[in-house]
Amino acid sequence: MLDWVAGVGRSTLNIFTVLGRSGLTMYQALVAVPDWRVQFPLLVRQLYFVGVLSVIIIVVSALFIGMVLGLQGYTILVDYGSEQAVGQMVALTLTRELAPVVAALLFAGRAGSALTAEIGLMKATEQLASMEMIGVDPLRRIIAPRFWAGFISLPVLVAIFNVVGIWGGSLVSVDWLGVDSGSFWANMQNSVDFADDVINGMIKAVVFGAVVTWIAVFQGYDLVPTSEGISKATTRTVVYSSLAVLGLDFVLTALMFGDF
Amino acid sequence: MKVRTLELSVGVLMLAGIAALLVLAVKVSGLTFAASEPTYKVYARFDNIGGLTSRSKVTIAGVPIGRVTSIQLDPKDFRAKVEMQINQSVNYLSTDSSAMILTSGLLGEKYIGIQVGADDTMLKDGDIIEYTQSALVLEDLIGKFLSSQTKK
Amino acid sequence: MVSDNVIVRVRDMSFYRGERAIYDEVNIDIPQGKITAIMGPSGTGKTTLLRLIGGQLRPDAGVIEVAGKNIARMSRKELFAVRSRMGMLFQSGALFSDLSVFENVAFPLRVHTQLPEDMISDLVLLKLQAVGLRGAAELMPAELSGGMARRVALARAIALDPDIVMYDEPFAGQDPIAMGVVVQLISKLNKALGHTAIIVSHDIQETFSIADYVYVVADGQVLARGTPEELQATDQMQVKQFIQGLPDGPVPFHYPAMSVAEQFS
Repeated sequence: MLDWVAGVGRSTLNIFTVLGRSGLTMYQALVAVPDWRVQFPLLVRQLYFVGVLSVIIIVVSALFIGMVLGLQGYTILVDYGSEQAVGQMVALTLTRELAPVVAALLFAGRAGSALTAEIGLMKATEQLASMEMIGVDPLRRIIAPRFWAGFISLPVLVAIFNVVGIWGGSLVSVDWLGVDSGSFWANMQNSVDFADDVINGMIKAVVFGAVVTWIAVFQGYDLVPTSEGISKATTRTVVYSSLAVLGLDFVLTALMFGDF
Repeated sequence: MKVRTLELSVGVLMLAGIAALLVLAVKVSGLTFAASEPTYKVYARFDNIGGLTSRSKVTIAGVPIGRVTSIQLDPKDFRAKVEMQINQSVNYLSTDSSAMILTSGLLGEKYIGIQVGADDTMLKDGDIIEYTQSALVLEDLIGKFLSSQTKK
Repeated sequence: MVSDNVIVRVRDMSFYRGERAIYDEVNIDIPQGKITAIMGPSGTGKTTLLRLIGGQLRPDAGVIEVAGKNIARMSRKELFAVRSRMGMLFQSGALFSDLSVFENVAFPLRVHTQLPEDMISDLVLLKLQAVGLRGAAELMPAELSGGMARRVALARAIALDPDIVMYDEPFAGQDPIAMGVVVQLISKLNKALGHTAIIVSHDIQETFSIADYVYVVADGQVLARGTPEELQATDQMQVKQFIQGLPDGPVPFHYPAMSVAEQFS
């Protein structure tokens, strides 16, 4: 019993230590006046690796998810004779929940794991140490641009996810199942509010982008520099960021749409 | 050249993100940028709002002229106090106009319909519409129907 | 004891990794302008010593002075300034994998100087010429062999003409030709540029052929110090075993175990 208590205490302490260390790392990396002449090209480069290379998986997933929503929504709503509400259903589900959450999960798998592995490999091959010896802080040079790139990319990807998903929904319900196009869009426009639904969804995207890239770069920076360490840290990035996204999604949803 | 395509693709991605947000604003949420027409506030009290929510439409003869902005319970007479923003261009609502809560379709959303009266004085910002008709509540209707049946 | 100018002075320095003492009150002097070798069996923390001198790790006790200043007491800014006077060749080369060979060598120049682009280009090609790889300037690190990567890393380490160059296992894992090239380069560069070289290695032959002074460390202690000739003539058993590469001696061949008779009975 005492062992159990001690174990819980120890792991709680461990969690706080890791949180503190990661917070401190991010503080050192991000809180500084950026030298834009150096930082901007690095940021653009990382936006390519983190953002542009994730576009394909985001677009394809969004299309299929939108189409499934259209199909499922139609088969349920047609029983009540209100199949024109399918536009409203697809748009609300996507903007409020599915686009930020699914995009963040895909992003964690595609970009987050790649970031962890890349930084981990740099650590294992002593690139970070040698950069430090040359007199350049790897936190500023390696970590900061990658973090900002993730932070900027995810909201952009979520906006694209929304549009492609809604288009996929209209493709199935309007073009294939014959829902009236006018009432599909009118219904959607009546019920979707830009500030309440779209912007709140984008706020979620910003939070998820920050959390996922934070986890990814810290796991890469903090890992044990061996091949086993890298593979473990990559797995941890995907697991932790998925859990963080789902947990935070509940909290944010409760704050935004709950009636407290 | 390789660097150029990299930078170009990042630029395209950023533009695509902004374009996507615009589509979401205009096509999906029906936001019109010209719609910032000045409005004025009018109140109405209802016995029962039966599912009316803020952002519901306010109409005359089915034509939208404003929106419900807030709904509060008045603690003095236990009625609902509904605040509406009416477009400034609609300045011909007489003080004896009446407001009623209507339903679009059988199960559709609730909205407020206003019937303009005959008085010469018009409603101003902050005025109250005196004549109201509450939402139809199915249970009440059935109750009335049953009691009228048993009286016979 | 070496009497000429000492550029790196280590005094009563202890460093622990967990409970284990990597260094226990060690004293080391690195003379200026000479090639000093730190030698010892694997796992005795020779690389750790370089990181301590570079200020990447801080000693748990004692003092490490570089050019008369305590490296552990420096602010981040001072530390980075001192590091611009140091070059370090890492065991794996540690070339930045997303930059070309040219950009790798140019990196320290771009960070620490405001030189115009054509001057940087000249300097970089000059350094690459010194290691014989001017023709490889546009290749990416992934396209280089291990020996070439180490030579590029050496060009990068000397890009700023540092006062101190630290070599971490420069001979490990190289084929004989590449090893010969690196040996020659280290000695030639030391003579030509007049910098201080610190070599960490366990390759006796190569190190002894170029080092002016040698420290042998093991078990957190300095076992012996002296010129290569002095060490070769030593009769200290542990040093002798290490230098002559005898399989058994004070450092046992067998990992501690129960006796053979017991095990196979």
